[in-house]
Amino acid sequence: MKLWNRLMCYCRRRSPWLFHMNSGSCNGCDIELVASLTPRYDAEQLGVRLEGSPRHADILCITGPVTHNAVEAIKTVYGQVYGPKAVVAIGSCPATTNVFIDSRTLDGPLNRHIPVDVFVPGCPPRPDAILLGVAKAAAILAARGSKPPAIETPPEIVGACSTDCACCESKSKEVQA
Amino acid sequence: MNLTTALARLLLFPGLLFAVPAAWFFMWVERKAVARMQGRIGPPFMQPFYDFVKLLGKQTPQRTGVAGLLMKAWPLIAVSAAAGAVGLLPVLPASGGFEGDLILLLALLELPSMCIIAAGFSSRSIFGEIGSAREAVLSVSYNVVFLLAIVSIAASQHTFRLEALAHLPISPLQIMGVIALLVCLPAKLHLNPFSLPNAEQEIYSGPMTEYAGPELAMWELSHGLEWVAGTGLVATLVAPHLTLGWLSVLLFVALSFAIVMLLSVVAAATARLQIDTTVRFYWRCTLIFAVLAVVSALFMRFRA
Repeated sequence: MKLWNRLMCYCRRRSPWLFHMNSGSCNGCDIELVASLTPRYDAEQLGVRLEGSPRHADILCITGPVTHNAVEAIKTVYGQVYGPKAVVAIGSCPATTNVFIDSRTLDGPLNRHIPVDVFVPGCPPRPDAILLGVAKAAAILAARGSKPPAIETPPEIVGACSTDCACCESKSKEVQA
Repeated sequence: MNLTTALARLLLFPGLLFAVPAAWFFMWVERKAVARMQGRIGPPFMQPFYDFVKLLGKQTPQRTGVAGLLMKAWPLIAVSAAAGAVGLLPVLPASGGFEGDLILLLALLELPSMCIIAAGFSSRSIFGEIGSAREAVLSVSYNVVFLLAIVSIAASQHTFRLEALAHLPISPLQIMGVIALLVCLPAKLHLNPFSLPNAEQEIYSGPMTEYAGPELAMWELSHGLEWVAGTGLVATLVAPHLTLGWLSVLLFVALSFAIVMLLSVVAAATARLQIDTTVRFYWRCTLIFAVLAVVSALFMRFRA
């Protein structure tokens, strides 16, 4: 049984299937996520597969600053992903709502609604930062097993902005604190 | 009648013990070949195995009622049918025991796609239903060609016994039949350019949309076993008759591998066709081809 658990842990780390969700993003991060699957970055080496159905996925990748309309959709989709699961917030928007902060159309940041495991800040983040985030999320997923995510654990923050903007880095630190 | 031989064929070779690793291997070859064609490195060697084990460890949705029971049953039926089809392949020379005929093999090969159609409709998801409808339309069109290709080979020899058919000398008619089979295989395995039922950019995962965890693992496995059965059928028809057991096994694996490579390269090099173009392709072009093969087979038999 212990051997089986170790095998399962090993396989979970090597086979993260993604479901990509846009919560009102400007499409910049979505393009970078797709770029990480292209021949230049080739996420399939890590066993990544972009799935069409949230039921097949292990890792939920969310972009965008979480608009009011997107909140219910995010909760529904999060419920549709079967455990063990992890959430990666791609870009500065889901981490801090970025330049849209204090907008009356927003209900962000993302971790007010669902537990987030890895933040990949950047506007947009580079594809290699996204890949690092996905790899970290896969490791968290493997370690966590079937247990529900503990909200208290501080989320990982991966990579840095492609442009050296001071604002989103400081805001990510706020989120962590 | 030798029960142990039959069981050995179903469970050891070419049955489950060989077929399951072969299924994972062929799925890896397909993904790797597509990746190499696109200038990528592609997944590691054990990737289909990792995916399978990971899916086994995931939670499954609660399903209630008859529809829920059916949804749990379809992937299991599909896997057992595909495994049975692989077990029937006449790879080794006859050694008594249960010898299925061609009709049983075709029925078992057809069962997984029937299960996919049923699974999509019983999932009640709109994407599943569209995928199932596409799979149904596709299977009506390619199966006519598939069956005619098989029938033309069988009719020329006046037998449906697999052993006899596997050890035929190569004839022009058989080559025609094998080419017709190869044209049908991409549609049977849902590969480009006929990957309509699981067209992920259009209808997510088609009939599989509502499946998760171990049930999805069973679907992946049945898809892999279909790879082994489909390519193995062509490989046994093409392979020359050898008396040495291990040599014929080696030849079988090598030929199956070559066919997998051929199909993957075609899949990587083509884009998905529309449903009407696909149906027209099968009915117009290959049907004529397959009818010609049957007619010439009958002609050969009556002349002889």
